[in-house]
Amino acid sequence: MKNMLTIISNALCRITGKNAGVQTVSELLIDLSEYVNITSPAVPSMATTQRQPPKPPPVSTRASDTGLVRGQGTGLDSPGARIVVSSRSFADFTPQATFDIKKCEVHRLEEGPPVTAELTREQGLQYYRTMQTVRRMELKADQLYKQKIIRGFCHLYDGQEACAMGIEAAINSTDHLITAYRAHGYTYTRGVSVKHILAELTGRKGGVAKGKGGSMHMYAPQFYGGNGIVGAQVPLGAGIALACQYKGNNQVCVSLYGDGAANQGQIFESFNMAALWKLPCIFICENNKYGMGTSVERASASTDYYRRGDYIPGLRVDGMDVLCVREATKFAADHCRAGKGPILMELQTYRYHGHSMSDPGVSYRTRDEIQEVRTKSDPIAMLKDRMLSNNMAAAEEFKEIDVAIRKEIEEAAQFATLDPEPPLDELCNHIFHNEPPLEVRGTNPWSKLKSIS
Amino acid sequence: MAALSCVVRSGRNAVSRVLRREFHQTAPAAAQVTVRDALNQAMDEEMERDERVFLLGEEVAQYDGAYKVSRGLWKKYGDQRVIDTPITEMGFTGIAVGAAMGGLRPICEFMTFNFSMQAIDQVINSAAKTYYMSAGLQSVPIVFRGPNGASAGVAAQHSQCFAAWYAHCPGLKVLSPWNTEDARGLLKAAIRDDNPVVFLENELMYGVPFELSEEAQSKDFTIPIGKAKIERAGSHVTLVSHSRYVGHCLDAAAVLSKEGVECEVVNLRSIRPLDVDCIESSVMKTNHLVTVEGGWPQFGVGAEICARIMEGPAFNFLDAPVTRVTGVDIPMPYAKILEDNSLPQIKDIIFSVKKTLNI
Repeated sequence: MKNMLTIISNALCRITGKNAGVQTVSELLIDLSEYVNITSPAVPSMATTQRQPPKPPPVSTRASDTGLVRGQGTGLDSPGARIVVSSRSFADFTPQATFDIKKCEVHRLEEGPPVTAELTREQGLQYYRTMQTVRRMELKADQLYKQKIIRGFCHLYDGQEACAMGIEAAINSTDHLITAYRAHGYTYTRGVSVKHILAELTGRKGGVAKGKGGSMHMYAPQFYGGNGIVGAQVPLGAGIALACQYKGNNQVCVSLYGDGAANQGQIFESFNMAALWKLPCIFICENNKYGMGTSVERASASTDYYRRGDYIPGLRVDGMDVLCVREATKFAADHCRAGKGPILMELQTYRYHGHSMSDPGVSYRTRDEIQEVRTKSDPIAMLKDRMLSNNMAAAEEFKEIDVAIRKEIEEAAQFATLDPEPPLDELCNHIFHNEPPLEVRGTNPWSKLKSIS
Repeated sequence: MAALSCVVRSGRNAVSRVLRREFHQTAPAAAQVTVRDALNQAMDEEMERDERVFLLGEEVAQYDGAYKVSRGLWKKYGDQRVIDTPITEMGFTGIAVGAAMGGLRPICEFMTFNFSMQAIDQVINSAAKTYYMSAGLQSVPIVFRGPNGASAGVAAQHSQCFAAWYAHCPGLKVLSPWNTEDARGLLKAAIRDDNPVVFLENELMYGVPFELSEEAQSKDFTIPIGKAKIERAGSHVTLVSHSRYVGHCLDAAAVLSKEGVECEVVNLRSIRPLDVDCIESSVMKTNHLVTVEGGWPQFGVGAEICARIMEGPAFNFLDAPVTRVTGVDIPMPYAKILEDNSLPQIKDIIFSVKKTLNI
């Protein structure tokens, strides 16, 4: 098997022109997937999506009789009139389809989010593009970390892309979001380019925080980080929601935390005040089953994280399905904007990497488990399969997107590697805002450094 | 006739007074105002001036404040701007910091700074460090205020001074007012500052009245952060202090004056940034330095002043090592006799001055 992989790897490297030996096995598999479909087709017995194996498109008409997928044709279509031809043009693609999504378990709610979700072709491609960008960006960060170009903490998000994408698709850019340290995905969906994220990870002056923050401290308008202290971001998020309420601007704040943080006292303190004051705060627990190396069963007396808000209504959401996340977040945002107070969502998701780059991630879980999630529940593959099965896009389009993303990531990594480190005279800047320049003591009494705002 | 007396009476304002004098010349409008009322008025005026300013904390609204510092504010401004919180410091401090990140200007009251320890992560890691970590993208305009240090008979868990703890951290400004003018001017400056400010009040000073000049009563009166004030000029020794002990120093100075020792009393006002220049100039004049504080000696405000003096030009002007007068290095006891002997008394200051001057 290893020999075969080496042979294939070398062959691929010759084809793609990349350096041999650089790729990890996982990267290899993903690269291979661009050329060969190596994921298993959706298993019929999988309860989550209630889909049946996709049927090949009928040759004569487009009127679907499966009852599961309802295609909505363009004005050009009339039922029974169109004929599928072998060379596809864009007019042949289904512009919009409705998908069944997993029903959310609810807590203290009469009804939950809808069990179907509409997806247009454009949305689908955009979600795919975003999730794939996050995926590749994280894998690139993995690579750079192993090359010691990134140092310190690096908590990777691959596997959880549907959460970030689904949430972003459901809220407005004027809404607010705060998360913990596994933040690169959100930094991207909230508007920071890959280039500025990678350059921050490598500690260069072109980084979003000029190299002064690092992996856990990236910020953008309406994105409040990136927070290193477990749980501290949740009261901050409730406070941002308070500001929204105070200003009366109909905005909401999404305040994320993990299954490990879910037991923090300050989170319950935040629940209490958010419910008391009806703050427009969506609390979201990204349950990836492990808080560092501790599984949820070993950390929490109750693993029903969506119910832990007690008096706060809750939803348990399939976090691997971008549409499910989107619909649930829309539901939650509507709830908050209606003035009903906070709401809690538990996104059931999974991270492929260990907790951080110093954690191989296999001492507390099996490789089989990781592989099973990869093959059966990968969020990007799921979206792609859905779109292909419903003729919403061609395989070539996805490949083109992948190639473009690969290029973007490579260029960003180049920038992140070559950009200079921040200059030393920036060392003491940004202590205070709107402050006249002040003197800062250096390491010895004769070292008098300057700080400007 | 009236014009002539005007010119005689006041120097600077003479001309302007003559120009705008009315038939009835009003007396200078200085007033006796307690520290509590000064804080109250400062908050009221700043809330009126900027609608983003709001107050949250335990009992600040309907109870009028645990120490009545926020008396009347809830009645005037209502629920949105004066918010009673549950007894959950870590949570409400985080919420206050988040509100500041979200564009408001909160005043977060700790019933005493002892309870801020439960929330200290939010003060340091979420508030103080954020502007730096974000390289200027995210500012946190917030004031943390409340009584600090020893009170009377409240024992060990309610008597700690946090000046040294907070002043240790870059990204924070730490203020410690003594009298009414300090309280008013520094609080207004703190609220208008775009950075996290820790404002250390003193419960025993709340009820003490001081004269507040007309200038200090004006709505835009602020005191620059980072500047100390010389409360009493002297030539033999410099006494540096903050908060309540400034008063102790002035009392000690009055006693020593009778014995021919003239003390220069410096009221720090700001712990961080520390006005080292002011201390140095004074020491270069008097050649002797005694620091007075209520906190514990180790790694405290006095210790920092000693280190700074050694690193600067004033060291060569010292005729004796710097002396620190501090609280006793123990948790605060309850019994009155024990408590009284756990904190600097005026006799301790006098004794220390004499030892320093070798008299």
